[in-house]
Amino acid sequence: MCRCMDALIVTGLVKRFDAVIAVDGISFSLAPGRTIGLLGGNGAGKTTTISMLLGILLPDQGSIIALGHDIAHDRFAALARMNYSSPYVALPMRLTVAENLRVYGHLYNVPKLEQRIGALVDEFNLGDFLHRRAGALSAGQKTRVALAKALINQPDLLLLDEPTASLDPDTADYVRTRLEIYQRTSGAAILLASHNMAEVERLCNDVLMLQSGRIVDRGTPADLIARYGRADLEDVFLQIARFGAQGACA
Amino acid sequence: MSRFAQSARRIWGLMYRHLCLYRKSWPRLLELGYWPTLELLIWGFTARFLSNEHPGPVLAIGAALIGGVLLWEVALRAQIGVTLSFLEEIWSRNLGHVFVSPLRPYELILSLLGVSMVRALVGLAPATLLAALLYHFNVFAIGPLLILLMLNLFLMGWWMALLVISLLFRYGASAEALAWTLAFGLTPVACVFYPITALPNWLRPVAAALPAEHIFAGMRAALALQRPAWAQLGAAFALNIVWTLIAVLVFAAQFRAARRTGALISIGE
Repeated sequence: MCRCMDALIVTGLVKRFDAVIAVDGISFSLAPGRTIGLLGGNGAGKTTTISMLLGILLPDQGSIIALGHDIAHDRFAALARMNYSSPYVALPMRLTVAENLRVYGHLYNVPKLEQRIGALVDEFNLGDFLHRRAGALSAGQKTRVALAKALINQPDLLLLDEPTASLDPDTADYVRTRLEIYQRTSGAAILLASHNMAEVERLCNDVLMLQSGRIVDRGTPADLIARYGRADLEDVFLQIARFGAQGACA
Repeated sequence: MSRFAQSARRIWGLMYRHLCLYRKSWPRLLELGYWPTLELLIWGFTARFLSNEHPGPVLAIGAALIGGVLLWEVALRAQIGVTLSFLEEIWSRNLGHVFVSPLRPYELILSLLGVSMVRALVGLAPATLLAALLYHFNVFAIGPLLILLMLNLFLMGWWMALLVISLLFRYGASAEALAWTLAFGLTPVACVFYPITALPNWLRPVAAALPAEHIFAGMRAALALQRPAWAQLGAAFALNIVWTLIAVLVFAAQFRAARRTGALISIGE
């Protein structure tokens, strides 16, 4: 696919916090209908990268073009067609699920909002707790609501930071299935940061291995597993985390 | 949908988020009217005592005290309303979602101003009613001038709130105590209950630089002379414009700095 059609083009992204280089010259692109995984240990630069992609953190160098808009100068045009979910950012706990969805529907100027909320309620089985406060929900229910919020504007670019962290296997599988269905039906591009290697293997077309803010390797999950001669992506991750990408290749 | 309509809808979206909190919570509703009513009772009985002990000119002082309490609460509630709503976003760990939505920073501010106006008007209603019932003080007797006085006080509350939010960007949630204390701290130099001549000479320039001194001098003149003090109101309005511009510049600079340092992500920590 032509690069000009990419949902996301990141070029030479750098972010420093005083003497620490959190992100060090990251470049990649993401085509519509594809999912890219950011993999790396704690402090590798995943959340910093996502924060820059969302425009809440300014890069020191580099450029981000999201859905044809330069995030440095025109981020709101892109943000209207993007969305984001992370277990580390909560929805207002004292508002009911319906109120939360209504708030974000207004913020994203969703047309025919009540109809859209109805569709999300059906899709994510929110009916039983639609009028319950978000703070009173179980972890699994919260995740479903967060995902419904992330899809309320039917985004063309979806950024997910550990979307299944601390979920039981059944709920995590449910979330992954919903994401697959959404992508299949909408053609959205998804960027996923995760520590769950099985999830990355299942959802991602391409994987970027991050270490100390740099991309130390990249490829499809199958390519990486084959290249490192490992049984699965978790072994690849451990190899890179302990011995570095160069050592693994040797 | 036009750009204006889209913007108005986003502003309403965040206002709706905050108004939902009050719809179902009687403690929150009670809190809105608690402090203005308490202040009114304290100063109202003080004014009644003074009026009973020294009838005559002190009667006007009593009216000025009660009027001062009610109107100063407008500025206090306006400031607290904005900063508390912003803090609510921090406490609920929701700022991340708000800042990555298409809501512009100026729309965020306008939403918070709208919420604070509703909060202030609802919170002051019981105190205004009590002032009429207990002390026979009708704040609406000030006439149409009341709207200009309140507009000035809302403006003053709002630019103070912008400065507090800027400090929250700079210092994080550790600066949240300022949300309650900043406006209260200005009360001695706001000349709410006494003229500027009651202050020592060295403190008068500070008071004169604040719109409140001119607003309350105007209110006292209106109560005593039954006619508006346009010069005082004009000075208050001009000062409010200057302070608002300063606050907007400080807010914009701190917001940008927060995006550079990552404070928008870690503001609640």
